[in-house]
Amino acid sequence: MSSTAELVQTIVGKHGTRREHLLPILQDLAKEQRYVTEDAMIEVARALDLSAAEVYGTASFYTFLEPVPTGEHVIRICKTITCYMKGKDEVIKAIEDHLRVKLGGTTTDGKFSFFAANCIGWCHEGPAMLIDDKVYTKLTPKKAIDAINEY
Amino acid sequence: MVKLTINKIPVSVEPGTSILEAARKVGITVPSLCYHKDLCIAGNCRVCLVEVKGERTLTASCAVPVYEGMEVFTNTLKVRNARKNVIELLLSEHRCDCLKCEKNGKCELQDLAQEYRVEEKSFIDLSIGKRIDRSSPAIEKDDSKCIRCQRCVRTCAELQDVSALTVARKGEHMFISTFMHKPLADVVCTNCGQCVNRCPTGALVERNYMEEVWEAIDDPKKHVVVQTAPAVRIALGEDLGYDPGERVTGKMVTALKRMGFDKVFDTDFTADLTIMEEGTELLTRLKQALVDKEKVALPMFTSCSPGWIKYIEHEFSNNLDNLSTCKSPQQMFGPLAKTYYAEKAGIDPKDIVCVSVMPCTAKKYEARRPEMKASGFRDVDIVLTTRELAKMIKQGGNDFRHMEEGEFDSLLGKSTGAAVIFGATGGVMEAALRTAYEIVTGHEVPFPNLNIMPVRGMEGVREASIKIEGCVDAWKFLEGVELKVAVAHGLANARKVMKQVAEGTSPYHFVEVMACPGGCLGGGGQPIPTDMETRKKRAMAIYEEDEHMEFRKSHENPEVKLIYDDFLEKPLGHKSHELLHTHYTKRMTK
Amino acid sequence: MVLDRETKLKKLKEHQTKVNMIFQDQDCGQMLDKCLSMSPDEIIAEVTESGLKGRGGAGFPTGLKWKFAAEQKSDVKYVICNADEGEPGTFKDRQILEEQAAKVFAGMAICSRAVNASEGIIYLRGEYNYLRPRLQEELDAFNKKLKEKGFKFSIIIKSGSGAYVCGEETALIESLEGYRGEPRNKPPYPVSHGYMNKPTVVNNVETLVYCAMIIRMGNKEFLQLGTKDSRGAKVFSVSGDADVEGIYELELGMTIREFVDLFGDGDTKAVQVGGSSGHCVPRRDFEKTIIGFEGVPTGGSMMLFNSSRSMYHVLHNYLEFFCEESCGQCTPCRVGSQQLLRGIEAIKKGEKPPEYLNELKKLAETMKVAAKCGLGQSVPNPFLSIVNNFYEEIIF
Ligand SMILES: Cc1cc2nc3c(=O)[nH]c(=O)nc-3n(C[C@H](O)[C@H](O)[C@H](O)COP(=O)(O)O)c2cc1C
Ligand code: SF4
Ligand code: SF4
Ligand code: SF4
Ligand code: SF4
Ligand code: FES
Repeated sequence: MSSTAELVQTIVGKHGTRREHLLPILQDLAKEQRYVTEDAMIEVARALDLSAAEVYGTASFYTFLEPVPTGEHVIRICKTITCYMKGKDEVIKAIEDHLRVKLGGTTTDGKFSFFAANCIGWCHEGPAMLIDDKVYTKLTPKKAIDAINEY
Repeated sequence: MVKLTINKIPVSVEPGTSILEAARKVGITVPSLCYHKDLCIAGNCRVCLVEVKGERTLTASCAVPVYEGMEVFTNTLKVRNARKNVIELLLSEHRCDCLKCEKNGKCELQDLAQEYRVEEKSFIDLSIGKRIDRSSPAIEKDDSKCIRCQRCVRTCAELQDVSALTVARKGEHMFISTFMHKPLADVVCTNCGQCVNRCPTGALVERNYMEEVWEAIDDPKKHVVVQTAPAVRIALGEDLGYDPGERVTGKMVTALKRMGFDKVFDTDFTADLTIMEEGTELLTRLKQALVDKEKVALPMFTSCSPGWIKYIEHEFSNNLDNLSTCKSPQQMFGPLAKTYYAEKAGIDPKDIVCVSVMPCTAKKYEARRPEMKASGFRDVDIVLTTRELAKMIKQGGNDFRHMEEGEFDSLLGKSTGAAVIFGATGGVMEAALRTAYEIVTGHEVPFPNLNIMPVRGMEGVREASIKIEGCVDAWKFLEGVELKVAVAHGLANARKVMKQVAEGTSPYHFVEVMACPGGCLGGGGQPIPTDMETRKKRAMAIYEEDEHMEFRKSHENPEVKLIYDDFLEKPLGHKSHELLHTHYTKRMTK
Repeated sequence: MVLDRETKLKKLKEHQTKVNMIFQDQDCGQMLDKCLSMSPDEIIAEVTESGLKGRGGAGFPTGLKWKFAAEQKSDVKYVICNADEGEPGTFKDRQILEEQAAKVFAGMAICSRAVNASEGIIYLRGEYNYLRPRLQEELDAFNKKLKEKGFKFSIIIKSGSGAYVCGEETALIESLEGYRGEPRNKPPYPVSHGYMNKPTVVNNVETLVYCAMIIRMGNKEFLQLGTKDSRGAKVFSVSGDADVEGIYELELGMTIREFVDLFGDGDTKAVQVGGSSGHCVPRRDFEKTIIGFEGVPTGGSMMLFNSSRSMYHVLHNYLEFFCEESCGQCTPCRVGSQQLLRGIEAIKKGEKPPEYLNELKKLAETMKVAAKCGLGQSVPNPFLSIVNNFYEEIIF
């Protein structure tokens, strides 16, 4: 059995095989494998008796589950107007220069993906970003790079 | 009953009826796009908007049930303006090239745009950069024409339980997709074409092969023969101005001859042949199981529906032995045309172009399967749908309505009522029983006028059992056996029956499966619209045709007798095996 | 009258002494005891009489919602706490969950008693995943307490995965059931056919806390606050060009002028009330606009813009948001949002004449009445209010 199949089996074992378990399963997969892979979706489809297309259709609806390859860590910087007003563009520029990757891309070493996000709920302390599940607020170019250097 | 008014007209309908259905009951049409009678309600296109007194917003009439005292207005200025806007929006993300479009003149979006006098691009064009997928030999998917009504997705999920199509991503990026946006040819799609039949636009259409046929006909070196499936003749008329359920067999034959086909044959002939082969195969399997005590796959499943075949190859690939090895009538016809007929007519088979007209898009795929070269050539060269034939008849410039009735050409042209009913769900079963029962007992099936009513109808899965009595000597071991059969149509129903087989709990000996709801008469290549009402009318036409036939049992077909005497020798004989039987392929399961 | 920051903070302190329901610490055991001492009907009556309307944006009377759910006959009923807080500029639910989670749980438990529900689900937006471990800890303790007190009710947490539309209650339910978060056709409503097709109450985080407080203390205090149409107070998330930003619980019914005086930087030219899907109020309307259901309602988001800001830019940002975050199923919203966005871009670039704006306004009017859910229906709010009030900024 492939390692993906094993992983899916473990995760499915934890949650269950009904349709309402699909999202928690995909969420765990995204955590374990960085993003939901094609093979994993096929295995999930088997386990839940769904078509692979259905699994893909559901996963691709959710920004955090979109089955596109991502880096080890995902940086999501808020692009909402209030964060913009507090200078998110300079922060983006600084991160782009630091990681040598454009917004929307993944670094060549596969360590970071750098995405824009809609409001992450820290408007009063913007600019704000998430690295994986962790929040960083009141960013300056320097603070942002320091945060990235933690990883 | 719930009482309401629509445009001030009092209406009284069953509770639970939608506004749209209530309106149609009193002769008021509300436009719709995502609504389809065969499918669950989506309520996403928003062209069926109406005004309901007391509501802040307009109401999607397809999705909202009536209530007592409701006051509905379907044609106010507010409603018209909103609908017009919605249609304009749909057109703005739609690549309009009506003149070249497969759906031109039969397009629900085009009709609406015309009705509302909508300009093609009142808004900014958003249709660019979309993909056209021509990977499948049967179906073309053009995302630039898709209005995202999700009818196809619901069809594939609800009627077929295949879900090869899904809605993917969201917002501006939302689109109709296969798994990971793979080409249709690389996913579990069965090519059944049910989605094509329900797509209101040109986003899903059959691959069109009309030009190839005209070219072949025009080529003096080619001898072009055509076969027409049983379900074509009872539906073709719908695309040529007739009502559903009107049979146009004779006119169709004349039209084909006038179009320039060298011979017009009948798939009914090979349908009868299928019964001979498949009936014998069933009896043989029963003998192996009951007398020889061999391990043999039962129930045996029919194999004439190529969508069904591809489905089982994907989804139940451990049960391929349960399939009859018989080819479909189309694929029995091909090799016989290029061997038996070629020999009799003295024509070099390499010069024969074998065209078939089918109610089915999956037949286009079937003809291209690599193993379908039993004659040494591609057995069936070009497959047209009923819809394509109707278009070609119009292109040919012939006045169909006033055409005289023609007759199929001989050798591969004779048919029986048993073959005719192949076009309806349950028909293959009924035809097989008419013949097998008689082989085993020497007398006719014990049903009035040969009509085996329990296997007819539109119930998704039907079962019947027949007690075999009075066996002739060779089949004595079947004396008293309750032959248990089932009929399933639509792949969602097939799945139910297959699940039992996979779990080892299937009680049946013989099961007929047709991929399409209603059987071939409701095939993906049939005239649009197809819904329960049209399916029932087409079925009635089929059973009528059966009653009118000179012969009603496959084994009585004189040309079938002839081909066994002259060429095939006997059912399941050596030649049959070479030409008329096939094998199946395990495919990816997801 | 421009106040300095210190004075503003002082004034806000005064407000907080008058209104302090959400962030006031409470013994949840006592809350539950109080709830148990009341019959379901009494609970519903108390909430209904408080005049509390939903704090998630739509403003449906909470008591009425509970009553409808209570009337349903069903073996299983659900209470869902909507913690999907995705409206740009809103972050009050996060703070409530960080500081007063137990009161949210208590609100759910009270609702469960009122409507006879057996299961509670908190739908937490994926962006707040970092809250989950701590929330879970508190929840485990709370579930234990529920059991001790004899409640036949327990709560679980489920996460979203980055889709704003899942805040819409039927989309949320679809998402919980494992599907794409596409809003359903209504009717039927969740109170009769919700999660797993069972009667379901969906309430916002803040609504639930108010319910808990109303049951704990009776509805008197709540009734004294606010106006006839907008009873009570509400938590505001203030951001943008503001001297004071953050979370503040304030009485409903104040004018935008009063609000701007408390928070603004002295140069406020517009306030976006209710996030991307809310209304933009220009300076000249500050005096006459009341914050509340009779004026401009808000789920909490208050974004202030001063005169250095381009309102074109603001609108552009909102429209981009809707283009991405629409579920995409219905025509008016999916295509309409794109046309509004591309339309103002084309006008700005001179590819379309200024009159094209009239077409877009008509389109916006259609979207209001033709879209399937609240998302598409409210895209016209920012569009029309910004375009009508800042015409020049859009055109030139
Ligand atoms: C697009 C959209 C997003 C929404 N997002 C939220 C949300 O994040 N949180 C919330 O409580 N309600 C949200 N709502 C409102 C919910 O549909 C629902 O009305 C609310 O959760 C009911 O709770 P309440 O009555 O306590 O406000 C949203 C509605 C729409 C149309
Ligand atoms: S789908 Fe309809 S509207 Fe579109 S190009 Fe084809 S015929 Fe015209
Ligand atoms: S052809 Fe049939 S199986 Fe293929 S996508 Fe369409 S409905 Fe589904
Ligand atoms: S392909 Fe056709 S049926 Fe499917 S969503 Fe698009 S327009 Fe509708
Ligand atoms: S209005 Fe927008 S979010 Fe709501 S159903 Fe329609 S497309 Fe989806
Ligand atoms: S037909 Fe009613 S919304 Fe599409």
